[in-house]
Amino acid sequence: MSWAALLALAAAAYALKAAGPVFAGQRDLRPGLSDVLALLTLPLLAALIVVQTFDGGERLVVDARLPALAVAALLVWRRAPFLVIVLAAASTAALLRAA
Amino acid sequence: MTLERAEWSAIHRDAAAIGLATGAYAVSFGVLAVAAGLTPAQACAMSLLVFTGASQFAVVGVLGAGGGALAALAPALLLAARNGVYGLALVPILQGRRARRALEAQLVIDESTAMARAQDDPRAAHHAFLATGLSVFVCWNLGTLAGALLGDDLGDPRALGLDAVFPAAFLALLAPQLRRHGAPVAALAGALIAGALIPLVPAGVPIIVALLGVLPAIAVVRRARVRDSP
Repeated sequence: MSWAALLALAAAAYALKAAGPVFAGQRDLRPGLSDVLALLTLPLLAALIVVQTFDGGERLVVDARLPALAVAALLVWRRAPFLVIVLAAASTAALLRAA
Repeated sequence: MTLERAEWSAIHRDAAAIGLATGAYAVSFGVLAVAAGLTPAQACAMSLLVFTGASQFAVVGVLGAGGGALAALAPALLLAARNGVYGLALVPILQGRRARRALEAQLVIDESTAMARAQDDPRAAHHAFLATGLSVFVCWNLGTLAGALLGDDLGDPRALGLDAVFPAAFLALLAPQLRRHGAPVAALAGALIAGALIPLVPAGVPIIVALLGVLPAIAVVRRARVRDSP
């Protein structure tokens, strides 16, 4: 990969990240708009969870990640600390794969 | 108003945990990048300047499979597009001077956005954004350097179950946001859209299209507002 291609990717990636904070930042947002902005990340995070759990390269796969997520969901519901949740998920997946 | 000390240390602890998990993936990235033909300097420059993991893995995946740079850029940009939405969602939280916002924008990624949005208080949200963004930035770049220089993989992160850390962490960060009106509808719709699209479209697209999940949620919020108004 050439340095030019790498820098072009960096510039595009940064432009995407910065568009909101740099150009729309520091304005008094209408309450309605603020509500919509607060909702925006929810479908994205939920989609991210689905992709990171089931994605097997453009097809859905069920593997150790799903039981790990189920354990995490149980702990989230029981209001366990964040560290406990991520460690339990990692151990569940690691143990299932080692078995 | 000062944040409770316990709240701050909880934010720092969680940010450090997310950073360490991404650092392990960065080692893999460094190894794969060099194997795909990038120089160690290019691998490190990519982690510093592009700093969005899914895109970087997509690039070295295409290059490693023999694809050209142009073929590698398209999936990388599709995967980076969601950062644009995160940037918009963070507008109410990133409220410093323009130069500061321009610097902080480089830290707009999945992890920092999720941590920020999981906080109730705006100051805690900004602090969580910075702590998580910097923790991931430092670990991601150190991990890349280690992987690119040592060249030898320190082991498959999946054997340690580290790939399961990310959905678990995002679920934990999503949960407190579900109290918001319309939020469960938005999350469920986003999850269903992404699940349905994974087998059909290139990587990155399911998450972007899942954004449409916000529409039924807006309808729910609107209806509630009409009902509540006198």
